[in-house]
Amino acid sequence: MAWAIYISFAGALISALLPAARPIFVRWWALAVAVAGLAIAVAGFAAGMGQGRQVFVDVLWVPSIGIHFLLAADGISRVLVLLTGIASVAGVLFSWNVDLRTNQFFAFYFALIGGVYGVFLSGDLFLLFVFYEIAIVPKYFLISIWGSTRREYGAMKLALYSFVGSAMVLIGLLAAYTMAGSHSTTLGDLARAGLPVSFQMWCFPLVFVGFAILAGMWPFHTWAPTGHVAAPTAASMLLAGVVMKLGAYGCLRLGIGLFPHGLDPWGFSFIGIGSWRDVFAWLAVIGIVYGALVALAQTDFKFVIGYSSVSHMGFVLLGLMTLNQIGLDGAVLQMFSHGVIAGLLFAIVGRIVYDRTHTRQFAELEPMHLSRRLPFAAWAFVFAGVASMGLPGFSGFVAELQVLVGAWQANPWWTIVSGIGIIVGVAYIWRALQKAFFSDALPTPHELEAEQAHKFAPITWPEYAGVALLGVSTLVVGLYPRILLDQIEPAVKALLAGGAQ
Amino acid sequence: MNYAALFTATLPETALEIAALLVLAVDLGFLRKAALQVRTGAAAFIGIAGCIAAIWAVYAAGWGGFSAGSDLMLAAGGSAGVAQVAILVLTAITLLLFVDTGFTRNPGEYVSVVLMAAAGGLIISAAQDLLVIFVGLELLSLGLYILTAFAKQSGKSAEAAIKYYLFGGMSAAFLLFGFSYLYGLSGSTSLPRVVLGTYVASANGGAPLLYIALVMIAAGLGFKIAAVPFHLWAPDTYEGAPAPAAAFIASVSKVASFALLISISTVTLHFMQSLHLTGVLGAVRSYPAGARIGRIIPGFNTWPMILMVLSVLSMVLGNLAALAQTSVRRLLAYSAIAHAGYILLGLAFFSWSNASAQAILYYIVTYGLTTIGAFGVVDVVERAAGSDKLDAFLGLHKRNPLLAAVLLVLFLSLAGIPPLVGFWAKFNLFATVLNWGSYGFLKGPLSSLPAENLTLVALAIAFSAVSLYYYLQVLKRAYVMPASDGSRIHVHPVTLIVLVAIAAAVVVLGCFPALLQNWIAGFYPAM
Repeated sequence: MAWAIYISFAGALISALLPAARPIFVRWWALAVAVAGLAIAVAGFAAGMGQGRQVFVDVLWVPSIGIHFLLAADGISRVLVLLTGIASVAGVLFSWNVDLRTNQFFAFYFALIGGVYGVFLSGDLFLLFVFYEIAIVPKYFLISIWGSTRREYGAMKLALYSFVGSAMVLIGLLAAYTMAGSHSTTLGDLARAGLPVSFQMWCFPLVFVGFAILAGMWPFHTWAPTGHVAAPTAASMLLAGVVMKLGAYGCLRLGIGLFPHGLDPWGFSFIGIGSWRDVFAWLAVIGIVYGALVALAQTDFKFVIGYSSVSHMGFVLLGLMTLNQIGLDGAVLQMFSHGVIAGLLFAIVGRIVYDRTHTRQFAELEPMHLSRRLPFAAWAFVFAGVASMGLPGFSGFVAELQVLVGAWQANPWWTIVSGIGIIVGVAYIWRALQKAFFSDALPTPHELEAEQAHKFAPITWPEYAGVALLGVSTLVVGLYPRILLDQIEPAVKALLAGGAQ
Repeated sequence: MNYAALFTATLPETALEIAALLVLAVDLGFLRKAALQVRTGAAAFIGIAGCIAAIWAVYAAGWGGFSAGSDLMLAAGGSAGVAQVAILVLTAITLLLFVDTGFTRNPGEYVSVVLMAAAGGLIISAAQDLLVIFVGLELLSLGLYILTAFAKQSGKSAEAAIKYYLFGGMSAAFLLFGFSYLYGLSGSTSLPRVVLGTYVASANGGAPLLYIALVMIAAGLGFKIAAVPFHLWAPDTYEGAPAPAAAFIASVSKVASFALLISISTVTLHFMQSLHLTGVLGAVRSYPAGARIGRIIPGFNTWPMILMVLSVLSMVLGNLAALAQTSVRRLLAYSAIAHAGYILLGLAFFSWSNASAQAILYYIVTYGLTTIGAFGVVDVVERAAGSDKLDAFLGLHKRNPLLAAVLLVLFLSLAGIPPLVGFWAKFNLFATVLNWGSYGFLKGPLSSLPAENLTLVALAIAFSAVSLYYYLQVLKRAYVMPASDGSRIHVHPVTLIVLVAIAAAVVVLGCFPALLQNWIAGFYPAM
């Protein structure tokens, strides 16, 4: 699976060198690289079935500090690598119409993908951090060069939020490395170092918040809607699909994995909050409800999806804070599920609809009668929207159900309040569906004429292929969740045994 | 005095001086009628050959150093060796970048002044005696004043030089004043004896004089490394000096000055070790007020304290002021101040093990290399666009994709983004600062981290997050915003090769950080 990283970086380098004047070459090259990555991810996923942690490479990278170039994968990593593979292929398909500086676009794109693969596969603290930071800069350029609405603002905000988050993480990691005696930086060695509880108590929130910024935790989520809206379609698919997962993965692997005692009770409680666990769980719950409510009030189609991401990532963070098997299973499954569904939603809004109508305002979309003029887009959005609401049969249902069950076991109030978020979730998807596609107003004859005069470009094959890929993924996982859970469960069990409790 | 030993020990400096004279002789004697291109090329070629010969001489000179009587005057090997080789390599690179610039009609004089200044740098990185330090510093500084003023047609260059000279003269006076107090307290100019002498003197009530001396010296050396509040010359000089000269000031002179600070700190720690205070400079400060060690060396905790104050001021002011710049050269100047702040943090928490010295050298060498490249790019853009404002970089990726890529790599490295070398430099340095307690008397896992170190490292990391903003401002213009002038920028092949090689080195050294670490560690005798 380590080859997924190398192939992506090589792909980025070669894309940069391909001629800008022949975008078609670059596209096919990009598709080939992405498919190769996906193939490796699938093969690695299948090969890892029933296995624990596999180590791919382990060499001493910086001997004087004890940094290893250690690439390894357990069930959680394999699921997320698979998600990255799917999202990267879909992203290439939905950026088939990028004509501006295509070679540079895919160079930054694959630099980002390579960094993401790297984070999920790193078994060393600093290797993970290096890949994590590699992913920051390409995001900035993808958004600021190829983006839309307030792109420079959105891109800079995203870059600075990410960099501040990673600065917090770096401080925490340096401190942990020093406390552990400065011999080795592999995650295993550090987890076994027996860091003092008082140290974990302040280091855990630092690292957790640093990563949670990227996972869109309320109140540090504000980069997410502006970033998603400003980004070009493929970049917002990746941002929501995998980059936010980097944050959640960091919270899980480094936050909970290295500093399990950071979640212990403080020994006193204030209005019912007696540990960092309560603090972050409530922030996650607020994120779920707040994201959903704000999504309900948006007039821009893409902002709806942007805020829905905040809401859905809240479930991931809530799942992490349950600290029990079923809740963590649900959190990891939700990462996959949200990655696929949010990718699909952004693809429909940003590529299929926006590139034809050139607007995302509901007020302007309403008189366009898109359900008649773009039936494919309308029905694809119905499909994705239903999946996003969490109806049985789709991946979102299995994931959120497990999170809620886990949360009930930990603290019933978390589940009860999050329930509001789910109800509002139905409402905002419903509202978006109605406003954007199925408006009640009948077309006037004048409008019909105008429609005849300006027919929308037909749906192209990459769009069909991308929707199919993402749609099938969510459906398969929804109908047969064991395919992922069989990998996730043992890994979560090991993490809980080695870390928390 | 053994002149044969002196000759062997100063072989690198001698090689540079011979090359400097040779450049003058060739340029003024044989090439008077030749084209400017030829004269520039010949001068740079001889200069680079001199640097290579000097590098060979550094290796050939061995590890003995030079002593007069029982006092070591010039050290060799260790930190001094690393710094000397680095100075020579960086000097050679700035000479390569000089080939294409054409700001002067006197290339011979320029190259020979560069070589003499570099010789001054070699002397101060090895010096172990107050007088030798002062002579070396003056040789370096005088060269730098001349280089700053070398673009005779440019009013800015002259203005920058006079500012630099006035500040420099003043700070040299401070430094000499401080040295005179040290001599008065200890009766010697040899660094180890000065430390011993001031220790005895301050134990006998001379501490107030020592405070004055240390503050004076901090002012003198703080000027050389452009630490706040002695930084005022830096933005003007970086902006006004011809680009190769600015690159030389930003890299070679910094390496030499930090090497000097390292040797001062090393000597002090060596002395403390001889008192069985095997620990770290700052450790003295951490003792409770009434503790015995705290009382027996009054004044010895002042130096790290001064460095710490300079460090915090430089980090904060450098980074914040850089945010507001519209000229890329001034931006680089403030970023240099900020970087000096990070390095001073390493010096404030200097440890007796070689880790601190090595981390600082790693930082300053890689920073020097990166900043030379950055000035190279700025110079090319400046000559094409007529200014070094941010807007001169508009659409650079279209006007010259390779140059833009070099700029991307170098600036991201300065911001400390992995896997580029700037990240490892910062990482290494901060890890050493945090680890400071575990060298020496505190062995094994710590029960808690020293809060002071952690706070300062956190501050440094936070401000390096701020720095990403202004580096991205330049890159945004190069990559994101549309070009106002679409014409291609042509780069002299030598310049282009040098710049691409620097960028490649930044990437390769970043991907394999152990390469440079091992090379540096090779200069130190095994401990």
